[in-house]
Amino acid sequence: MMLTNRSKQVVQKELTLAEQLYFPAILKGMLITLSHIFRKTPTVRYPEQKREIAPVYRGQHVLKRDEAGAERCTACGLCAVACPAEAITMEAGERKKGEEGLYREEKYAAVYEINMLRCIFCGLCEEACPKEAIFLTDRIVPSSFTRGEEIFGKDKLVEPADQRVDVSKRQTKAVLDFKQDKRHYHNQTHSDRLLSR
Amino acid sequence: MITEYLFWFLAFVSVFGGVATILSRNPVHSVLYLILTFFAIAGHYLLLNAQFLAAVHVIVYAGAIMVLFLYVIMMLNLNRLDAEKRTLIGKVTSAVSAGLLLLVMVGVARGGSEAGEAPAESIDAGLVENLGQVLYRDFLLPFEMASVLFLGAMVGAVFLSKKELNS
Amino acid sequence: MDPIILYKIILAVVVFAVSLGVAAYMTWGERKLAAILQDRVGPDRAGPLGLLQPIADGLKMIFKEEFIPAQSNKWLFILGPSFFMLTACMTGAVVPWGSGLEIGGLYYPMQVTDINIGLLYLLGVVSIGVYGIMIGGWASNNKYAMLGALRASSQMISYEIAMGLSLIALVMTTGTLSLAEIARQQDEGLAYVVYQPLGFLIFLICAFAETNRAPFDLPESESELVGGFHTEYSSMKLGFFLFAEYINMFISSAVMATLYFGGYNFPFQHELGLEGNTLAIVQAVVLLLKIFIFIFIFMWVRWTLPRFRYDQLMNLGWKVLLPLALANIFITGLVMYFTGKLA
Repeated sequence: MMLTNRSKQVVQKELTLAEQLYFPAILKGMLITLSHIFRKTPTVRYPEQKREIAPVYRGQHVLKRDEAGAERCTACGLCAVACPAEAITMEAGERKKGEEGLYREEKYAAVYEINMLRCIFCGLCEEACPKEAIFLTDRIVPSSFTRGEEIFGKDKLVEPADQRVDVSKRQTKAVLDFKQDKRHYHNQTHSDRLLSR
Repeated sequence: MITEYLFWFLAFVSVFGGVATILSRNPVHSVLYLILTFFAIAGHYLLLNAQFLAAVHVIVYAGAIMVLFLYVIMMLNLNRLDAEKRTLIGKVTSAVSAGLLLLVMVGVARGGSEAGEAPAESIDAGLVENLGQVLYRDFLLPFEMASVLFLGAMVGAVFLSKKELNS
Repeated sequence: MDPIILYKIILAVVVFAVSLGVAAYMTWGERKLAAILQDRVGPDRAGPLGLLQPIADGLKMIFKEEFIPAQSNKWLFILGPSFFMLTACMTGAVVPWGSGLEIGGLYYPMQVTDINIGLLYLLGVVSIGVYGIMIGGWASNNKYAMLGALRASSQMISYEIAMGLSLIALVMTTGTLSLAEIARQQDEGLAYVVYQPLGFLIFLICAFAETNRAPFDLPESESELVGGFHTEYSSMKLGFFLFAEYINMFISSAVMATLYFGGYNFPFQHELGLEGNTLAIVQAVVLLLKIFIFIFIFMWVRWTLPRFRYDQLMNLGWKVLLPLALANIFITGLVMYFTGKLA
């Protein structure tokens, strides 16, 4: 079976006199390594230099707030179900009176944790979210000394009200349109389905 | 003055090394003490203005022969337990032969004391040029005979180490 | 105190410091060159271009835990690296670093000691250098260290012979064993590599084997012997072993430059109009440059060639280099006889 056309039959033939002298071969090898002195190194010196990343890069997650500054997440659990690495856990809480400015819906995520060591940054949570609450951003997850530090809670995930995280690169108009397109089954609410029947 | 102190120091080191060579139970330690003795003897040669001899002594004895000794001892991993089995006959023969050797050496030393004071022609007696003149002019035949003897010994050693003689 | 003796002490300290300093920066150079040859960057975090890296490495070595294996022989375990370091530093004494300085009417030769058997001294020190490795490897009481020590000793003995024989051909040409005299002769005539090209090649290969450098680094071959003779060593004792290898490289480069490449002399040195002390200092710099070229070759070869197999190593030493060195002596003798150079 030939997987590539680069395979060669191995032959053990006698060395010629020139090959037995050994020195020409050594010189040839030395010249090869010498030629590498003049090559450019492909190394990126990371903290100072940063590699260009794709516009749709999937990095550290953010839990978005709406325009008024209330958390969008309603703890429906769809992201946790969608997650193939089972990295997301959450506990729901009920909104009390006077907390309308904090949480958009009556139900909210009291605890929301992503284990960054399990996360594979596939972006399925973002796709699953019906409330446009979770997004992956172009931020790189910082390394840490302990495993515990790599479990990100709400303190690290929710965007601060005064420092909004820009997700416009991932939430393009095409994405928004797709998410609101009622022709797709998963975008239909229960009442939509009753109506269409 | 300094040479005299050096002589006593080197003499102490060589005798100490020699005694320790015999007394240590571990063969590797024995070899290391013997090397120390050789260095002290090379120092004696230097004091006698025989630099060439000193250098050759270090290269050949300390640098080559003792390395091979050490090599063999390490390779065979000789333990001190192995040195227990000695028969009475073995002890007697070794004592007698060592005593005879001592007798010969004492005889040589006594004879030498009468014929001593001979060298000391010049300071350069031990230099390469003079040694070469002596070896290759006055003692050419014995020197070459010794070389042939060594060659024969080498060939013999190679011959003995061959397993199949016919192939 | 006698100014000459004082000067000799100062010179000895300077030579010692220079060999240590150069060896320290050779570790940096080795890593940097390896990186460049492999299209990498190499150390560049400690200081500009990573120039403080040797200091960081040295500090790390010193502050690491001193560990002596329980079943080892403690005294010999410490003696091993000390002896290896001692023999590495001893060779620098006979290398002439320049012609000589003239201060206050006195002439100071730039050589710690001009003994008339300099070449033999060199061979002697090289031949006892193997004890450091053997003692260290045996005292570790570890089979890998032991195998590394055995390999090192048999390799060094084998290549010492070819090295000595290649030097004999050189001595036949020069007629002297003193390194200062050999350097002086090359000022008047050509560099000895012109007369002894084969001898130089044999010496170069043997120098690689004697310093345990690739492609002859079998004593410490990582892939099969863990670390070879220094498997059990840690902290600065390990540092001594690694460091002494670089000092050995530096000194053998200096010896090769002195014996075969004109030493501190450089072409047209007397036509430049340099006088006395200035010339001597320029000569020392030129010798250092020559040494650096040899060190570069040492490292270049290491990052190009793979390691020999053990039987190949022994074949090369005994069946190729030894007959070649003998033939070289024979040819040298014939040429000297027919050109009437025999005294």
